[in-house]
Order: sequence, then C-alpha cells, then structure tokens
Amino acid sequence: MNLTEMNLFQQAILTASAMVMFMSFLLLSQSRVISTIHTFAAQSVLIVLITGLVAIEERELHLAWSALLTLVLKVIFIPWLLHRIARKFRIQRAADIMYSPALVMLAGGAIAIFCYYIALPIERYIEGITRPIVAISMTTVMLGFLILITRSKAISQVIGFMAIENGLFLAAVSATQGMPMIVEIGVAFDVLVAAIIFGVFFFQMKESFDSFDVDHLNQLSEGDA
Amino acid sequence: MTALYVALWLTFGGGGLLALTGSRPRLTHVLNVLITLGTLISTLVMARTVLDSGALLATNQQFYVDAFNVYLIVLTAFVGFTTSVFSGPYMTHERHKRQIPAGRMRLYYLSFQGFLGAMMLALSTNNLGILWVALEGATLGTVLLVSFYRTPTSIEAAWKYFVLCGVGIAQALFGTVLIYFTATQIGLNADDALLWSHLSDRAHDLEPVILSIAFVFILVGYGTKVGLVPLHNWLPDAHSEGPTPISAVLSGLLLNVGLYAVVRIKMLADTALGMPETGYWVHMPGYLMMGFGLVSFIVAGLFLHKQQDIKRLFSYSSIEHMGLITFAFGMGGPLATFAALLHMAVHSLTKSAIFVTVGHATQIAGTQAIDRIRGLYNTQPLVGGGLLLGTAAIAGIPPFGVFTSEFLLLSATLEHWPWLSVMLLMGLGVAFAGLFRNVQPMVFGEVPEGQQPVRTNMFPVVVHLLLVLGLGLSIPDALAGWFDQATLLISGGRVL
Repeated sequence: MNLTEMNLFQQAILTASAMVMFMSFLLLSQSRVISTIHTFAAQSVLIVLITGLVAIEERELHLAWSALLTLVLKVIFIPWLLHRIARKFRIQRAADIMYSPALVMLAGGAIAIFCYYIALPIERYIEGITRPIVAISMTTVMLGFLILITRSKAISQVIGFMAIENGLFLAAVSATQGMPMIVEIGVAFDVLVAAIIFGVFFFQMKESFDSFDVDHLNQLSEGDA
Repeated sequence: MTALYVALWLTFGGGGLLALTGSRPRLTHVLNVLITLGTLISTLVMARTVLDSGALLATNQQFYVDAFNVYLIVLTAFVGFTTSVFSGPYMTHERHKRQIPAGRMRLYYLSFQGFLGAMMLALSTNNLGILWVALEGATLGTVLLVSFYRTPTSIEAAWKYFVLCGVGIAQALFGTVLIYFTATQIGLNADDALLWSHLSDRAHDLEPVILSIAFVFILVGYGTKVGLVPLHNWLPDAHSEGPTPISAVLSGLLLNVGLYAVVRIKMLADTALGMPETGYWVHMPGYLMMGFGLVSFIVAGLFLHKQQDIKRLFSYSSIEHMGLITFAFGMGGPLATFAALLHMAVHSLTKSAIFVTVGHATQIAGTQAIDRIRGLYNTQPLVGGGLLLGTAAIAGIPPFGVFTSEFLLLSATLEHWPWLSVMLLMGLGVAFAGLFRNVQPMVFGEVPEGQQPVRTNMFPVVVHLLLVLGLGLSIPDALAGWFDQATLLISGGRVL
C-alpha cells in the first residue's frame, strides 16, 4: 500500500499506531515512576484516537462507544488513580532500577520482529486499513510482558499489566473492528476492578513491607531450591 | 432454564446480601449455607431438564448448557455448598485467633459468593468473550481473599496470583480475538461470531492456521489458571496462603473451570484441523495438551517430596491431577475422555474434602509446617482418619473413585500410547510416595504436649469421601449415562 494514495484518516490511523509501538518502547526504557504513568496515558490517548478514526472510517458506531469507554477508563481514571497513589506514597521521583537497559531494548526489538512474523498468516485475511496494526498490537502485548518481567517496582508492573490490556484492545480493533459490545463492557469492567484491586494492594504492601519493591516478595519458594 | 437464572441470581445477589449482614457472623453463616443450598437445588433441577431434553439454549443464545458443562455446574454448586457448611465454624475459629475485624468478613462472604457466581457464569455462558470475562472475574473475586490475613507472605501470594493469572489470561483474550476474527471471516455475523454453539456448527469452515495459533494462545492463557507446569508458580502460593475454605474451592473448582475452557476450544480446533488438507497439524491441540499435561503430572509429583507446608503439599497434588486430566483430554478418544470427566469429578470431591481436613489439622497444630503437625490421630481421630483416608483416595488406592478413573486412563494409554503408560505408572508411584512420606507422620507421629482437639465440622469430608467411594464401587446408571453423553460430545464416540 502506498502512503500517498490514502486519505487523511487512513494516514492518521497508521501514524498513530506507529506511535503506539513507540510508546511501548518508551515504557520499556523509562525508569521514573511518574514518567511511566504519563507515557501510559499517552499510549491510551493514541489508542482512543485510532479507535475513533477506525470507527469513522469503517462506519462502526459501537467502536465509537468503546473509544469513549477507553477514554474514561484508561486515559482518565487509571492514570489519575496511579498518580494519586504515587503522590500519596511519595514515589513520584523514585526510579526503578533497570538491569542492562540496552539488552532489554534489544530484546524488545527482537520481540517486535518476531511478532511481525507471527502476524503474517493473520494479516493475509484482513482487508482495509487496519492490516498492519495487528503486528503492532501483538508487539504491544509482548512488550508489556517484558516490562512486567524486567521491572521491580510494583507500580511499574501495574503499568506493564495495563499496557498488555492496551495491546489486546488494539488487537480487537484492528483485526475485527472491535469485539461485541457486551464483551467490551465485560472486559472494561474487569480492567476497572483490577485497577481498584491494584490500588488496595498498595495499601496492603505499605502496611506489611513499607516498600513497593517486588524484590521483597520472595519469601514463598520451593524449600531451599 | 429458569433454574439457571435462579442459580446465577442467588449467587450474585446473595453475595450482596451477605456483604450487608456480614457483621453478624451466625446469621451470615446460616444465610450463606441457605444460598448455596438453593443454588445446588436449582442446578440439580436444571441438570434434570438437560438430561431429559438435551442441550439448552437461552436468552438470545447467550447461555448454552449441555451434558458436558451441566455436570461441572452441579459439581461447582455441590462443593460450594459443602464448603460453605465448613466455612462457618472454621472462620469463627480464625476470627478469634487472628482478631479479624468484622468488616473484613463482609469481604469474605461477598468474594465467596461472587467467586462461585463467576464460575457458574463461565460454565454456563455460550459466549467465548463472556467466558473470558467470567474467568478473569473469578480471579479478581478471590485475589483479596488470598491476602485475607494480611501477612507479608499472603500479600506476596496474592500479588503473584493476580499478576501471573492476569497476564496469563490476557493471552487467552488474544486467542479469543483471533477466534472471533476467523469466525467473522466465514460470514458469521458480529453477534453470533463468539457464540460457541454457532462456532461449533461451522467449525469445519474455520481457518485452521488461525485457529491453531488461537489455540496455542488459549492453552497458555487458560493453562495458567489450570496450573500447568511451567505456568504453575502462582498456584501453590495462592492455594496455601488464603483461608482454607478458599483453598478448597480454588483447588477443587477453579482449576476445572480453566480446563473446561481449554477443552471447549479444543473441540472447535479438532473439527477445524480435522479437515483433510491440514495434514500434519491434525493432532496439534491434542499433542500440546498431552505434553503440558504429562510434564505437569511428573514435575508436580516430584515436587511433592520436598514440601514443608501441608497446604502447599496438596496444592502440588492438584497440579499433578490437573496434569493427568489435561493429558487424558489431550489423548482424546472415548475411553480417555470418559476417564478425564470422571477424574475431574472425583478429584474435586476428594481435594476439597482434603482441604477441609487440612484446615482442621492446622487449627489443631496451630501451624501449617508439616514437621510440626504430629499425632493427629491420637488427638482427634476424626481429623487424623479423614486426612489419611482422603490422602489414600487422592493417591488412587482402590476402591476409591480416583482409582477407577486412573485405571481407565491407564487402559486408554496402553491401547494408544503403550510407552507413555510406563511414565504414567512411575509418576503415580512417585506421587504416592511423596504424599505418604509426609502424611503418615502427621497422622501417627507422637502427639506434641498440650495439643487439643478443636471444634470441627466433618460433614463435608464424610459426604465427599462417601461419594468418591461410591463412584469407585459402582457408578449409578444415570451418572454414567451423563458422562457418556459428555464423552460423545467431546470425543465423538461412546464408551458404554
């Protein structure tokens, strides 16, 4: 497909989805708690944008609703909640320790290539503008896993978790123009409850460990193994 | 179908009611038992309808109940009922010992019912998307119960449970998106494309390549919930740190629901991949399940030997048995499928009975450490005996039902994969040794000074073990016919 033959909407969709992937890498490399929250919010904004544009482009009304749902949940509520937690426990400036960031970024690049490879058989069946986005959504999911694995602050893990959710949502938008509304609502409800439970956890952790480092969570293991 | 709505409303509505009355322990306990009893009765009524008139579809086809899931629904309601009977006196004891504020009991009852309701919804829904939502809901419902005691280890366990299961199940959602995608490709309209009954009618048209990618995602995703090695890390922690009634329902029920989801998708994948042009990939889903199952079975059996915590011990035993069931479903064929269905039932009954006894045992000894629990039989014969019999049952000693299903599975393995039966037999032997080297001294060892009997409620244990014994001696015609119908659905053949 040729970029100049597309209309403005389509070009915007592609640019925004490229930015989503960029945000994923940014999340992977950022160490300050407050910046990761902002980056996550920016990624969610881009996803809302893509969903809205696809809704207009494909004339799918229910996609507009899920865009609205995402806007409220992932652009406003969750970043606000995390912000509050970070302020309350005074960890805005805290930096997460990253072990060999260069290696992690390289691994991220390798994962992205792998995802493009996996997505090939799926993309063959997609017509329309969302075709290249499948691989991007898959990459977002996988990079979310990588964030979860490489970070040791609980709040960064929450961000990784939510980034995975973003990727899944994007996958549904790009491959199938969104899931049926009832499923979208169900998933959004689960994400909401998860966010609240994460919030509860921070208080419980504060009480028991006085720290949000998941490195403290290492008492349960197999004997001396 | 009304029966299903009654059951769902009772659990979800009941949870809300109990959250209101939560500060009055006795009343709440009685209500909890009544609600679960009502749920059990309505599911039995529903089971009767399904047996008489075949699969049911209701509410714009959003619910679908056939022989396969109706038996799991009844099992869930039954274990939910007996566990609620047990949880009254147990939680009273814990409340006094650990000084748990009354407010937190509201959370306990709300989560307990919400969890049962989420499982019922997952089992009865026809919509693969809702199935995912309900399974994730079941995780969310129990995660705060795992950290119920607010000890550092319990918070660690809950965090692991939450993050690992959440991440795992995210992959299942990706698989679901892929299935939805291939279903819209073959012209199913958007509202029907996630309905299992429609997918199953058109399964032979679904694109095999995409469905096999989807199956891998779904197996890994829901497999995390089943606790398949190497995705099992969260399971022993979560099952051992929460209150014991929760361990009983987690180990006895939630694992089954995860596996149920995998098997449903496997039924689709088998049909789609069964088309001649796919060639080599025909058995991919089955082989994957066999591999994961066998590895879980053997690894968990070995881990049994080095456990120091009684609840972790039996959590690993759950992984081991879920591995066995996954292996059996993976092997396919009527006999193995029949064995898997039977094993799901007897494992749930036995494992929840064991957790109830373990709960009492830890209250007697005041600890969960295996080497400090001693002389249960002399202190309180009912608890000691129950633990011994339960362990004997789960280890597959005849005449208990676990023996029957394992024997059937072994026969099926000998028929199709003779060389794997060696590994199965060795695994069973290793697990048997692993269980008894730990349980025997706990039951018969020397009684520590000052060890006192506690108030117990052994009703669930007795009922469950009698049922397992009955299933081992002779399966009633009605139940056998039921299993047979489910076997026909899943494997396409009959045993009886």
